[in-house]
Amino acid sequence: MVELSVLQQRFGIELVESTFRDNRRIDVPAAKLFDLLSCLKSDHGFNTLIDMTAVDYLEYEGATDRFGVVYMLLDVFGGERVIVRTAVNLPDPKLPSVYSLWRGADWMEREVFDMFGIVFDGHPDLRRILMPEEFAAFPLRKDYPLKGRGERHNFPVITRAGS
Amino acid sequence: MAVGLPENVFMTKLDAAASWARSNSLWPMPFATACCGIELMATAASRHDLARFGAEVMRFSPRQCDLLIVAGRVVMKMLPVLQRIWLQMPEPKWCISMGACACSGGVFDTYAVVQGVDRFIPVDMYVPGCPPRPEQLLAAVIDMQAKVRRTGTVMGKEFMARDTPMGPEPFESEERYRIQDANLVQLGGFSAAMTSAGMKRGAGNHG
Ligand code: SF4
Repeated sequence: MVELSVLQQRFGIELVESTFRDNRRIDVPAAKLFDLLSCLKSDHGFNTLIDMTAVDYLEYEGATDRFGVVYMLLDVFGGERVIVRTAVNLPDPKLPSVYSLWRGADWMEREVFDMFGIVFDGHPDLRRILMPEEFAAFPLRKDYPLKGRGERHNFPVITRAGS
Repeated sequence: MAVGLPENVFMTKLDAAASWARSNSLWPMPFATACCGIELMATAASRHDLARFGAEVMRFSPRQCDLLIVAGRVVMKMLPVLQRIWLQMPEPKWCISMGACACSGGVFDTYAVVQGVDRFIPVDMYVPGCPPRPEQLLAAVIDMQAKVRRTGTVMGKEFMARDTPMGPEPFESEERYRIQDANLVQLGGFSAAMTSAGMKRGAGNHG
């Protein structure tokens, strides 16, 4: 099991650790995120990025940051899991891409970009993955209306005589 | 008529003969995007046996079919594909919208799901249900046959009369309010959808 004190010594910063139902979570500032993740991968054997996602904390009770980005790591051989969380804010939500560490991050980062508009620096191909290319908004942001802004009606109408 | 008809000969109109032939050989294009597609498959399978009505030849090329069955929800990214398939089908062609989602969006009233395919392509027959029973789809096919026999013409003249969009208004007034509301919230960042008016007001509200 990776000791928090080891990581803290190595990076010289306070890391906050918490647990929820066997899930071990480490909060890290965005500036140290990439170093921490690459250290976890190379020195502590977390060779798989199970999932990565983001949360919009707009109007969430007690939240100080707008977005939380979550990385779930697994050590396939040791069976250990850890969740690394970081926070980003508007107007320029940006994080380093972890594509160079885990190739699986490719589509996950594209999805987070597509849904929340968080930009991943160094991603080789950061395009929308679920929404159409010409879509202008980021639909999982809490200030985007559930029913959209009329994008779903933006198509030519084909009549029977005209087809 | 002075000349009596020989036995085994009967007279009809060309329109009626063509419609009779067409109605008994509808070749469906299964546009199955969601759970309704499973029911469509069940309709074609042995228990319900769509073949009894001459519509069992599912063609996966739009060039070879004349009955589009839209079974399932259609999202923004899929709609251009659906329209293209409809345009690729040769005349004469008909369309069945199967299930609540294809007819009206169903429970999926969200930003990405088209609220009824009839807003954007012409539909001949609606099948309600979530999902409709195979019997309902069979009933729709039978009704479709009746419609073809009743209204069909050999040159497809009846289609030319349908020159107005048939679905509801693609843009309801509520949608405009939603756009306004959304623009009141400050979006920040690089949201391209923001209007300049929204930006001014948003900056005032959230400082
Ligand atoms: S109408 Fe119901 S069964 Fe059919 S696609 Fe929609 S949710 Fe699925």
